[in-house]
Amino acid sequence: MKVVLQNLTKIFPSRDKKAGKEVVAVNDFTFEIPDGKLIGLLGPSGCGKSTTLYMISGLQKPTGGKIFFGDDDVTNLPTENRGVGLVFQNYALYPHMTVKQNILFPLQNLKGADKMSKQEMLERAYYAAKLVQIEDLMDRKPGEMSGGQQQRVAIARALVKMPRVLLLDEPLSNLDARLRLQTREEIRRIQRETGITTIFVTHDQEEAMSISDMIVVMKLGVVQQIGAPQDVYDNPVNLFVAKFLGTPPINVFDGAVKDGKLYIAEEAVLDVAGVADQEVTVGIRPEGFVLDENGPLTCKLSSVEVMGRDVSIVSENAASQNPVIRSIINADNKVDVTAENVKYALKAHKVFIFNKETEERIYF
Amino acid sequence: MVDSKHQWKAWLYLSPAIVLLLIFTVWPIINTVRIAFMEGYNALGVLTGQQFNIGIGNFVNVLKYGDFLTCLKNTMLLTVLTVPLSTILALLIAVALNSIKPLQKFLQTIFFLPYVTNSIAIGMVFAAMFNIIGLSPDGARAESWGIINNVIMFFGGEPVNWINAQSSYEANIAVMTIYIIWNALPFKILILLGGLQSINKQYYDAARVDGTPRWRVLTKITVPLLSPMLAYVIITGFIGGFKEYSSIVGIFGEKMGPVGDAGSLNTMVGYIYEVLPDMNYGDASAAALILFGIILVVTMINLQVSKKRVHF
Repeated sequence: MKVVLQNLTKIFPSRDKKAGKEVVAVNDFTFEIPDGKLIGLLGPSGCGKSTTLYMISGLQKPTGGKIFFGDDDVTNLPTENRGVGLVFQNYALYPHMTVKQNILFPLQNLKGADKMSKQEMLERAYYAAKLVQIEDLMDRKPGEMSGGQQQRVAIARALVKMPRVLLLDEPLSNLDARLRLQTREEIRRIQRETGITTIFVTHDQEEAMSISDMIVVMKLGVVQQIGAPQDVYDNPVNLFVAKFLGTPPINVFDGAVKDGKLYIAEEAVLDVAGVADQEVTVGIRPEGFVLDENGPLTCKLSSVEVMGRDVSIVSENAASQNPVIRSIINADNKVDVTAENVKYALKAHKVFIFNKETEERIYF
Repeated sequence: MVDSKHQWKAWLYLSPAIVLLLIFTVWPIINTVRIAFMEGYNALGVLTGQQFNIGIGNFVNVLKYGDFLTCLKNTMLLTVLTVPLSTILALLIAVALNSIKPLQKFLQTIFFLPYVTNSIAIGMVFAAMFNIIGLSPDGARAESWGIINNVIMFFGGEPVNWINAQSSYEANIAVMTIYIIWNALPFKILILLGGLQSINKQYYDAARVDGTPRWRVLTKITVPLLSPMLAYVIITGFIGGFKEYSSIVGIFGEKMGPVGDAGSLNTMVGYIYEVLPDMNYGDASAAALILFGIILVVTMINLQVSKKRVHF
């Protein structure tokens, strides 16, 4: 089922009438989510990603704009008639019911033509449980299970009625690091197996990048960029997106363009023909540095962290906006840890320049 | 833990409360048990140095005495009628109160008002509402003045002699049931509302996404999640029910029954109060122990049931 958001807007009235400042949680969001894809809504807290999710679920009403599932306008359809499965951040499993009862619950609500026999319900419940690999936990109560197991039950409960769209609100935020890695693969696998259009919300860029077919980066209610994770990473449209994606984060410098050359701390580091002379902000991905004795960018060496496959070099530069610069170099390069300075050449496609005022990308 | 060198300090600070409890709570309890088993114990006998036999004579006395069985029956009947009804009503009102936004605080206050009002005073108001005063011109039927009968007659019904002379037992019990339920509601609503407000709203969002009908939300989600509070309300309700006394006094006065039928609505606590002025402490103590036994058994049953039903 494809999901279409058309100029979707949500404005929360201000609590304090005197202050009179309303909050625009989601501003004019237009996006067509293709059928059967896994979409990550990504952004820092307060960017409107959860509000968007809840509007798609029907738990919140949009202030403006429309939502379509396929060709059906569901904007004014109550949530129970939308056929969505929603996994809450805290799972919201009914604590007094066993896993089986929790999974059966949505099926027992079905009325009229959709009503199922007990046998059918059980079959569906066990199918869903099998999908998330919890079929041997069916008689436990939520309180007797780990966070990861509860998460699976919550997904099974959302899947059991075969929703048209599956929505997950921060699905991994309550899990520990190891489980998070494992569970995100699970979500990917389950989504592939069922083919249900899935939208999930996260503030963790790594999580979104690793499993999404497409990511939507949001900031303060406004969509910044939509695209395949790699495309967004390789081609950020503005400084915010560039900073938000990637670990270690992008290195940001104050720079200037003069006569078709990009200057960082008085050193001409790159040819940027066609860009008008101006002050700019420069972003360089950690993997955009190349060790080169004759390289144009000189930085003060602080430390070298060996990570096996790679080496991470921590250095300093006067023009850097961050306290340190972190570059990732192939471990085959030998780094002289006693040297005072380190010299870099730059990979042009890993260097982005942005307008100093608007922070929009300047292409070269 | 307080280390042992300073423990005497802890005991010192606790001692005023402990001394008072020993004198006014622990000793009377022990003494009640002692007196209950001293046959024919009475204040006069104590003064004249009479010796009392140890035995179960007091209990036999109490149980043989017809009025006690009336009291037992009345108490049981009122408890069985009022506890379930008031709990269900309180649940529905609490759920309704919890789901409305405008005037919620105001309505909460209104529903809580009876709790801060003296129950005898409320009883007198109820008595006035159900009252009938004066005879009709033909002298055959009483003329109704109470608002309840006015309402009944307004809708074309026959007025009922609720609580006055020659009123029926059923009518008396009906009035008492209504009054006790009304009186019991505020506390129960308060507890249940507190419980409702502590239930995570996400359960209801989850239920909504799954299209759960309202009735199912109430029975399958709200009530189970509220079960600890419900158990508390039911257990204290039963205990309160078995101690019913002042509500009867409020409506029928100390005679514990309509005019000409004194004692017909007497309760177990009422019985204990009744035999005390006769200095018949032995019987009173035995009755108190019987009451204690009944409450103990009922509470044990309640706890046993709630162990299976309460989910946390």
